[in-house]
Amino acid sequence: MEWEIVIGLEVHVQLATKSKLFSGASTQFGAAPNTQACAIDLAMPGTLPVPNEEAFRFAAMFGLAMNAEIGRRSVFERKNYFYPDLPKGYQTTQLAEPIVGPGEIEIHLEDGSSKTVRLHHAHLEEDAGKSLHEDFHGMSGIDLNRAGTPLIEIVSEPDMRSAAEAVAYLKKIHSIVTYLGISDGDMSQGSMRCDANVSVRLKGEEKLGTRTELKNINSFRFVERAIKVEAERQIDILEDGGSIVQETRLYDADKNETRSMRSKEVANDYRYFPCPDLLPVVLTDDYVEKLRTELPELPDAKAARFRDEYKLSAYDADLLTQERASADYFETAAKKSGEAKLAANWMTGELAALLNREELSIEQSPVSAEQLAGLILRIKDNTISSKIAKQVFDAMAKGEGDADQVIEKRGLKQVSDTGAIEKMVDDVIAANAAQVENYRSADEAKRPKMMGFFVGQIMKASKGQGNPQLINKILKEKLDALL
Amino acid sequence: MAVDTQTVEKLAELARIAISTETIEEVSTRLGDVLQLVDQLQAVSTEGVAPMAHPLDEEQVLRADEVSEPNRREEFLQLAPQSEEGLYLVPKVID
Repeated sequence: MEWEIVIGLEVHVQLATKSKLFSGASTQFGAAPNTQACAIDLAMPGTLPVPNEEAFRFAAMFGLAMNAEIGRRSVFERKNYFYPDLPKGYQTTQLAEPIVGPGEIEIHLEDGSSKTVRLHHAHLEEDAGKSLHEDFHGMSGIDLNRAGTPLIEIVSEPDMRSAAEAVAYLKKIHSIVTYLGISDGDMSQGSMRCDANVSVRLKGEEKLGTRTELKNINSFRFVERAIKVEAERQIDILEDGGSIVQETRLYDADKNETRSMRSKEVANDYRYFPCPDLLPVVLTDDYVEKLRTELPELPDAKAARFRDEYKLSAYDADLLTQERASADYFETAAKKSGEAKLAANWMTGELAALLNREELSIEQSPVSAEQLAGLILRIKDNTISSKIAKQVFDAMAKGEGDADQVIEKRGLKQVSDTGAIEKMVDDVIAANAAQVENYRSADEAKRPKMMGFFVGQIMKASKGQGNPQLINKILKEKLDALL
Repeated sequence: MAVDTQTVEKLAELARIAISTETIEEVSTRLGDVLQLVDQLQAVSTEGVAPMAHPLDEEQVLRADEVSEPNRREEFLQLAPQSEEGLYLVPKVID
């Protein structure tokens, strides 16, 4: 039996406003507990919410980037449930008339293919506080700093068919919100969180299977693993003749398994109703159109421009535009060096390896775009070979200065002095009589390959600093003279 | 519309309200009476009338994104039955 996995994602993105959705308390991350929870956030009697215009602007920008319809009139509702980190006893959210209507985005998969994922809608809502369950002698500690922080909840259609597609979608959302500057998108700090609706069905079947909802998955890697392990669980049950229970499940990263959150099932009746404290928020056509003209260049448009302007491959263009910071880094390095392809190669090669090894983001790169451009310039003008360039790069990464400083200090300048190279070639030929003899007696077709041995010896003698083109040329002349 | 006692029990659980078995019949009747008013409203033809989200036919005024609330944690913590290390303490609730 061949099974098909069907996935829809609900992504919560914290908006990077300075103050909360309905109060003037700060949203700064990392403050001491409850120092940013004001009377409105605490649901003190007599308080009234006043919505933050920036949250609407951000949400509308997101909608425009998703090619979605923007709700000209959006209405808040109350989602009622009890939990200690929700002081009001309801979450103010949107249901019937959200700010962002249906839209779609293109996702890019690792095999180079693309696919369109439809957006069901996205709505504005407030975040809850945090519960700390340890170290309070049997009680829970509540920190309400996060309560009231604006979120957009982005709901996709069930259009994804593999864990890899879900990750690609999530990465695309991440890339869009960070390009727009409406969120820092930091999953480790909870600025972006993901719930996945997962079901399976036999390939060719039209009807969707019974789904389960996986809660609060907090990294790209876990999204992939959680979906895989949940789909396997469902397939096992169905193949054994069982049936899937529609329920909320929690992914346990340590055990790599999902388990039922039964407590969520009892109260899964939120009794939504329009919030009487808030009037409909109206956005005019002029406002929305003005926002549209102000949108920054988005990842897909940037990737297309990189292919066109810098002649990058589709793969490199997608890779380098996934994050706005790497796109900016690339453009600086490409412009300053005049060698876009080399800049792209260095970024996807040595630089990516370095950042990966040191667990750094591109913003924290120890080698700046200007420094990389400086290095490329020295490769371009033959001051150093590509091989030596790697040494220079490593030295720059260790903070030894710009390429020119490193080359000077370490004496890495490429030897392009014909006399010096001739001498090295003569020495190597003299020291390796047996190999020279082999070369002479070999088939002409085999000789170019045999030259590699001599080139290696000469490069070694030059400590890697000999100009490879020059070495090849002189060596060939000298060997051929012996024939 | 009549409300049966099971519905009342479920609503009470969702709303975290304790209703004793002696009063549950009475609560059902009273809720049913309220819903009769709703039935009357629903009998009115609203064909072609756009639903309102609020009794006031006005638009929401928005506020600029500025931090205007000072930290008043110590005052607020005083109001809580229990607190520790700047946190409000509540009976343990965990999933």
